[in-house]
Amino acid sequence: MSTLLAVEKVTVRFGGLVAVSEVDFHVNEGELVGLIGPNGAGKTTLFNLVTGVYTPTTGRIHFDRKLVNGLNSSSITEMGVARTFQNIRLFNSLSVLDNVVAAFNLHLQSGFLGALWRGAAFRSEEKQIRNEALALLEIFGLQAAAQSPCRSLSYGDQRRLEIVRALATRPKLLLLDEPAAGMNPTEKVDLMRLIRFTQEQFKLAVLLVEHDMKVVMGICERIAVLEYGRKIAEGTPEEIQKDRRVIAAYLGEEVTDA
Amino acid sequence: MGARSLVLIAALAVGLVSFCFTGHPEAAWPLAQIDDYLLNILILAGINVILAVSLNIVNGHTGQFSLGHAGFMAVGAYGSAALTQLNGKACLASLSFLGSAAPLGLFVLSLLVGGLLAALAGLAVGLPSLRLKGDYLAIVTLGFGEIIRVMIQNTESLGGARGLAGIPNHTTLGWTWLVSLISIYCVGSLVNSTYGRGFLAVRDDEIAAEAMGINTTRYKVTAFVVGAFFAGLAGGLYAHFIGYVTPEGFSFLKSVDVVVMVILGGMGSTAGVTVAAIGLTFLNEALREAEQYRMVAFALLLIILMITRPQGLLGGLGGLARWLPGKGGKS
Repeated sequence: MSTLLAVEKVTVRFGGLVAVSEVDFHVNEGELVGLIGPNGAGKTTLFNLVTGVYTPTTGRIHFDRKLVNGLNSSSITEMGVARTFQNIRLFNSLSVLDNVVAAFNLHLQSGFLGALWRGAAFRSEEKQIRNEALALLEIFGLQAAAQSPCRSLSYGDQRRLEIVRALATRPKLLLLDEPAAGMNPTEKVDLMRLIRFTQEQFKLAVLLVEHDMKVVMGICERIAVLEYGRKIAEGTPEEIQKDRRVIAAYLGEEVTDA
Repeated sequence: MGARSLVLIAALAVGLVSFCFTGHPEAAWPLAQIDDYLLNILILAGINVILAVSLNIVNGHTGQFSLGHAGFMAVGAYGSAALTQLNGKACLASLSFLGSAAPLGLFVLSLLVGGLLAALAGLAVGLPSLRLKGDYLAIVTLGFGEIIRVMIQNTESLGGARGLAGIPNHTTLGWTWLVSLISIYCVGSLVNSTYGRGFLAVRDDEIAAEAMGINTTRYKVTAFVVGAFFAGLAGGLYAHFIGYVTPEGFSFLKSVDVVVMVILGGMGSTAGVTVAAIGLTFLNEALREAEQYRMVAFALLLIILMITRPQGLLGGLGGLARWLPGKGGKS
């Protein structure tokens, strides 16, 4: 299995604050990797580094063997990285279907002039994109709501729509930022099934940031743990559960007599 | 959908033939009976529609806040007048192969040149300033509009503060509304496509749009350039309608007028801003007696609308989208 995403000795500083420090990290093709750590450990910052929202102060990030440092978000998405957001960020004035259609923009053949001229090629492409978007929505059980405004969806459905929208960019790596946040236990079980299904169906690598340990331990093949911007452990769920440093990070250390 | 676009194209063709290629189109049209006053208002309404619809792609669809639309209009007005008035003779001579249609040909050419110059100005403003958002962008565009005005004011060859008189009166009702229809069609078609969903995505959430592979900078600049192009056309039409342009005519207040039309009509609703532009033009005339109280009436109208329909006259209804080609149908 070859490496899809390679983060090498990446550091990012915001003024005096070192948010992520010398982190080495990788995701293989088709792998489901979890990224955990206490609040403020730098998980979302790492996400933002990979997706080009921030540029690393030092270190290198490769995706698909290409250096992505300093590229803007849209070019990185073009290379095959898609993400969802911790706080849902749908296109609120658009319908459910149009949210997905907008994400097809990336692969559009007919651009500005096509939209003005509206020739045969344009029309068949529009139709094809629409059908693909509807097919994606159907896989995730959202086709009935395709024409409704996306704001009218329930919280869980909005989260699913974010995943559908990300998939519409045809990614190789899907980044999920706390997808289980605010979900009840039943929804969480559904979500786990959904993530697994997505990974297999679309042959994706998935990088998951999540606080809910049941979800993380339940589906991840490998887990990396961050604390204060440093990677303190990495391994299978079983290894992580036994790791002293991880336990210390989450629960604090035992007081021992000196 | 085929039928719809056919109807649209047919309408455009009929308009083109009947209005443009007869020297005095009003004479060849039932509208011959209407009096000059109404005719003038209708022409002004058409120009305002172009301005409002073109500002709408920037302020409404792409969610940027531009206060410099009058600046682009000025570029178009002076740019086209530079051809027909300042260099009229030379230009006419080079178009002599068109025979008797040469003045008309020059007029069309000058409109296009004015539009393109304005688009260029849009590009020049857009590229550096679109890193800014909201209020900051508004200030920069406002400043740009004023810079254009002051530059013209101090350019003697363009007539300076005295303005430019004696511009040939080529603008007719037909031309105005032809360009209006074209601008409505262009903005409508652009927005109602997968490509155009990008504008709306930028408006709704820039970070998410960027994460979905939508190049937000390119979309914003495109919106600015398209908006400026049509504002330039409107400026050219205006110059050849009034026959006389001054820098004062393109002041900050003119930009505000257009912004009011867009807000009244509903940000992002092409049909809404069209209705608002026509309505406000007529209201402006109806209140001509009241002189300075006109502005009070406008302000009241805005306040009432914001309380009763914050999304604007036709905002949030999908509006024109339903009968524009490519969108409607089975959905």
